[in-house]
Amino acid sequence: MVLYELIDYDVLRVIWWLLLGVLLIGFALTDGFDMGVGALLPFVAKTDTERRVVINTVGPVWEGNQVWFILGGGAIFAAWPPLYAVSFSGFYLAMFLVLAALILRPVGFKYRSKRDSETWRSRWDWALFVGGAVPALVFGVAVGNVLQGVPFYLTEDLMPMYPGNFILKLLGLLNPFALLAGVVSLSMLLMHGAAWISLKTEGAVAARARQYGTTAGMVAAAGYALAGLWLHFGIDGFALVNDPVASGPSNPLYSEVVQGGSWFAVYGDRPWALIAPVLGFAGIALAIMGLRAGREVSTLLWSKMGILGIISSVGLTMFPFILPSTLDPNSSLTVWDASSSHQTLFVMLVATVIFMPIILAYTAWVYKVLWGKVTEDDVTGNSDSVY
Amino acid sequence: MEFGVVELSRLQFAMTAMYHFLFVPLTLGLSIIVAIMETVYVMTGRPIWRQMTKFWGTLFGINFVLGVATGITMEFQFGMNWSYYSHYVGDIFGAPLAIEGLMAFFLEATFVGLFFFGWDRLSRRGHLLVTWLVAIGSNFSALWILIANGWMQNPVGAVFNPETMRMEMTSFFEVLFNEVAQAKFVHTVSAGYVTASFFVLGVSCWYLLKGRHQELARRSIAVAAAFGLASALSVVVLGDESGYETSHNQKMKLAAMEGMWETEPAPAPFTLFGIPDQEARETRYAIQIPWMMGLIGTRSLTQEIPGIHELVDEAEERIHRGVIAYDALMTIRAERDDTPEDVRATFEEYSDDLGYALLLKRYIEDPRDADDALIASTAWDTVPTVWPIFWAFRIMVGLGFAFIAVMAYFFYRASFRGMRFPRWALTLGVIAIPAPWIAAELGWFVAEFGRQPWTVDGVLPTALSVSHLGIGDLLVTLAGFIAFYTVLFVIEMALMLKYIRKGPFQDVEETDTWMARHEHRLRTHDGKGPFAETPAE
Repeated sequence: MVLYELIDYDVLRVIWWLLLGVLLIGFALTDGFDMGVGALLPFVAKTDTERRVVINTVGPVWEGNQVWFILGGGAIFAAWPPLYAVSFSGFYLAMFLVLAALILRPVGFKYRSKRDSETWRSRWDWALFVGGAVPALVFGVAVGNVLQGVPFYLTEDLMPMYPGNFILKLLGLLNPFALLAGVVSLSMLLMHGAAWISLKTEGAVAARARQYGTTAGMVAAAGYALAGLWLHFGIDGFALVNDPVASGPSNPLYSEVVQGGSWFAVYGDRPWALIAPVLGFAGIALAIMGLRAGREVSTLLWSKMGILGIISSVGLTMFPFILPSTLDPNSSLTVWDASSSHQTLFVMLVATVIFMPIILAYTAWVYKVLWGKVTEDDVTGNSDSVY
Repeated sequence: MEFGVVELSRLQFAMTAMYHFLFVPLTLGLSIIVAIMETVYVMTGRPIWRQMTKFWGTLFGINFVLGVATGITMEFQFGMNWSYYSHYVGDIFGAPLAIEGLMAFFLEATFVGLFFFGWDRLSRRGHLLVTWLVAIGSNFSALWILIANGWMQNPVGAVFNPETMRMEMTSFFEVLFNEVAQAKFVHTVSAGYVTASFFVLGVSCWYLLKGRHQELARRSIAVAAAFGLASALSVVVLGDESGYETSHNQKMKLAAMEGMWETEPAPAPFTLFGIPDQEARETRYAIQIPWMMGLIGTRSLTQEIPGIHELVDEAEERIHRGVIAYDALMTIRAERDDTPEDVRATFEEYSDDLGYALLLKRYIEDPRDADDALIASTAWDTVPTVWPIFWAFRIMVGLGFAFIAVMAYFFYRASFRGMRFPRWALTLGVIAIPAPWIAAELGWFVAEFGRQPWTVDGVLPTALSVSHLGIGDLLVTLAGFIAFYTVLFVIEMALMLKYIRKGPFQDVEETDTWMARHEHRLRTHDGKGPFAETPAE
């Protein structure tokens, strides 16, 4: 018996499916408000000082938050190599768009305040807007496409193929349902960003943030409900034909998959999973009420709960599917056939169990050190050390 | 696959990776230099050291952010452009990348915000701790990236699984303690330290030439010269170690670096100069130093280093064996659990050479159909283009020795000649700023171009590793990256120069208080301060 067999392969796969969710949610909860703040920047803050206040609310933390995204990529590579291989090459141009937008963001934060010129600063403000809004939208569009299935297939060598013209493929990603999902994702993160700004600032900026946040929250709730109905009535789900070999080799072609019926059929088997959409709606509703009432800390927490609910509901609806294929349903990636080897999953779990608590501890400490509102005096008085 | 996809994918990866590595070495070294400066500040309380920490910290920040931004591309580009690679070796290669995020990048990125924003919120010691955590985080980051890269050079601790059609990890320990990775790690971070030392040295020299910020510049030179000398020695010694490892694991790369076509009798000579001719398969006008290559490469007088011709013969043999493995693999894939035992045994025996059969896939669909002539010509594919590697290597090594000389000189003047530097030396210091970057990029070029035609040495050919994208996809992103990265580079350089010209921000009040206290102390103890003759700026 070797060490890694301490935990069964199928259990490890489920754990890593959960950890994938944790990473995506961690990303949305932390970097999500940075993106929301970036996208709201030109609207909630009018003067240069106001904008600097808003930027400095995330100034010290965006870098750490962004690591959730990088780590998400690394963890998908390590734990779900086929998913990493198929999704990022399949969404090639969309991914490039996200990368370009995400590269603009760090540079915008860091370089905006380094020159006094008005044009310089206003250009970076729009760069920050793009860096926040575009990824937030595209991630939602990607999820919308995953729920509909993606046009790829695997050859016998397990080489991912995506036939078709590249521009048409990109346009194909921008279908109505996917765009709706993009709107949900964008508005959800706008609400989250607004909750953060209202916590970290005061006066006119905070008031505007609450206004925008309320609207965004309503759009998110309505869009989420509409997407749910659409998914149920208008989109075919996927299902495994036979019982899965949960501890079998990671070869997607070994399982038989059909497309047809509603994704929501799974809620018949797992009614408890309904908790996710309930948390999603409740979180948004409470966050909207909090924004209107001017509550600060609790609003951010409710907003987090809403995001957690919405993202989990996607994962739970699709389980065990991770990336279904419309071209060749048998090529679809599932939890049971798209993971790393038993040993790699184990090694990575050990690394995660050691480091994740440490990361959470020091991140919490950093937020504690930085606790408190960012005021206009803070940014005008410390021009050499803040953004 | 469309023609050119492989070439364009390689071009894009090379471009974005080399661009990323413009910022990484400075981050690696400057984080440590800044931490050293702040340590002196906390230990002595002298405001000048705080000023130095903040000044170099500002330049660190301008550079750091682009390192982070361009690193995002790297994390996702394997999946975007190298999807078969990602599938084929993700089980091993993904792990160090993910652990890099968990262990290193989170640390560095979380604390770098506090480094800039925490001066007023943390105690001196608290802030010093934060600075060191940033430095340790960046350096650990390099460790895990080089473990991943080291595995591409020397793929240990993994085996091919016919059921999943990919390499799978058999020993994380072997991947972790891969000797190639360890040597490369120290070599690479040392190169980063040299880069940052030259940067600090060069900018300080410029201040001295202009007669500005003398206090800051002289102290910075003292730190940079000491740190730089140690690092330059380390980079050369570990470079030698890297070469020694290469002689075991990547004989073809070594032969290409040396332009060595024929196996020479041991101990082989080192070719100082020559013009490698790929078509004639020889190196013209070679000027050789007897024995030296044998000593460096094998550390013995008797062991031979194989030349390119001998290695090609070996590769041809391995392709033949690989085809046998491929044949067995096809049977296993068709029969699955009904595979006869002897076929499995055959596969086990020959699977180490499976990658060599995959080299044939560039020419024919099924490697089993290859005739001897095709196999013989494909064996020559295992030879990378020699002259760029040959020259890149020589320039890198030459620069490495020059770095030792320059740093030793500045160290000597700083330590034993009262920090007085002749103008020619200061000018040299300024001119030398780009040199370490050139050396570092050439080093990566030798390592990666020298590994061709493989992405993972002996396991997976580059031509097979790419994503099946269209030329259109690649042209869009390539043009996008070039335009975008050029703009960012121009902005970065402009800001760097602006902040260097602007010079350090001086906290007048704090300096005055400290100087008053210091002078009082000098009077009462009647001692002489080390910089008493130089008035504060």
